[in-house]
Amino acid sequence: MTQASGPGPGARTVAGTAGGLAAALIIGFARLVTGVRARWIGCVPGPAQRIYFANHASHGDFVLLWSALPPALRAHTRPVAGADYWLAGRLRRWLIEAVFRGVLVERGGAARENADPLAPLLQALDQGDSLIIFPEGTRNTAEVMLPFKSGLYHLARQRPAVELVPVWLENLNRVMPKGEALPVPLLCSVSFGAPMRLEAGEDKQDFLERARQRIIDLQTP
Amino acid sequence: MSAQQQTLWLFGGIGALLVLASAVGWLLKWRFAARGATDHPVIGNLNARISAWWAMVAAIGVAFVFGDTGIIVLFALVSFFALREFITLTPTRRADHVALLVAFFIVLPGQYLLVAQRQYGMFAIFIPVYAYLLLPVLQALSADTVRFLERSAKVQWGLMISVYCISHVPALLMLDIPGYAGRNALLLCFLVFVAQISDVLQYVWGKLLGRRKAAPELSPSKTVEGLVGGVASATALGAALWWITPFGPLQAAGMALLIAALGFLGGLVMSAIKRDRGVKDWGHMIEGHGGMLDRLDSVCFAAPIFFHVVRYFYTP
Repeated sequence: MTQASGPGPGARTVAGTAGGLAAALIIGFARLVTGVRARWIGCVPGPAQRIYFANHASHGDFVLLWSALPPALRAHTRPVAGADYWLAGRLRRWLIEAVFRGVLVERGGAARENADPLAPLLQALDQGDSLIIFPEGTRNTAEVMLPFKSGLYHLARQRPAVELVPVWLENLNRVMPKGEALPVPLLCSVSFGAPMRLEAGEDKQDFLERARQRIIDLQTP
Repeated sequence: MSAQQQTLWLFGGIGALLVLASAVGWLLKWRFAARGATDHPVIGNLNARISAWWAMVAAIGVAFVFGDTGIIVLFALVSFFALREFITLTPTRRADHVALLVAFFIVLPGQYLLVAQRQYGMFAIFIPVYAYLLLPVLQALSADTVRFLERSAKVQWGLMISVYCISHVPALLMLDIPGYAGRNALLLCFLVFVAQISDVLQYVWGKLLGRRKAAPELSPSKTVEGLVGGVASATALGAALWWITPFGPLQAAGMALLIAALGFLGGLVMSAIKRDRGVKDWGHMIEGHGGMLDRLDSVCFAAPIFFHVVRYFYTP
């Protein structure tokens, strides 16, 4: 099993300086291309520990969400990413480990061999980090969101104190659709909804559907 | 007076106008707060607009320091932001990706490169001929025929308005007007100043005296009183600026009237597009104003006509 990689919160070392510089460059580029606008609709950027869960259409998704966060929060907010994709190749591995300080999870076949694929996520939460997750599980090319995978439910059940914040990423699927290498510059916005929690006795399917609906409700008409 | 002295006088005058506007905005806010009320949306928006004007005038001032290149780069960036706003509101499909990349990264810089190279012939036809034919070919090759005409028309419109029309502002730099050498940047100032002051004065007259709506279906904030007062006072101000142009005072008044009238009509067309797309503003880039296109809709329509009228009557 791949362990949660990257140093802990606020622990960027000298070796991590190159990563920090690259992160600043990537964020600057994302802002230049998309003019990203953060819309804090249901909550304010604050120190509460959170799991941001969002729709997923592009590799730029977490970069965009990340660049919409104030720098102080960004330092403690880590994207959750698929180990199979991000560990294939040295550049990707460096990006996810040193630059984005991602938490890697096993997907598909590799996950079934392991007891608890959520262990690295729980470990990151216990370190005090916030997480960015995409419960659709894969980049979605359809117009409607896919049903959610159950990871969000298990995290909500095992760490009930963490706020779950729905996030709608607008337009990024048009900036860089799956399979395209170059981004078209279009304006994007990141909408943060009201935090939610798992209700007492709430069923897994009901909860996941409710969470999915909370993202849909954020979409601008 | 040398071109440099004229430029300093012009920017000094605009600075004085802004100081006056800021003072009025501050006074309104102070008087309103003194009455114990909390917040007034119109006054708040007015002050946001005035602050944004300071920033916009500063951006133009910095561009002027870098000469013709600075001005061309500034308007290339303006076109980039405008095109981004236009295409964002246009529901393109995945199959349009390549055409959009070409529009943003080849056509847009190409058009401004032609301005910088003073290639008038190619500048005039690059987008209406070459881009017009090439982009739908790229879209057709992607084999997605859903809403094909709509999609290609919208990309064309975006390029024409945001790139082709706006590029006619710096294109004024390439006109060889006898007896006016080295002063073309001032002509550019005349165009931008008259178009913008006409917008501002239409807003001011409309807020002070506005009763009858000029185009309720298109733009509920435009009033007949604002239109008449704004266009008339912008024409008068344009005439008063004749000394920075190659025109006589009466000709300058005629040109200013042309710019203000086209600016108003351009605002109507751009409002119709926004209504169609169900939005109030093109974007959020400029605090208090909306997007880049909200600020430039009048310039988009005035610039090409002004350019060609000047070229026809004032160049050999």
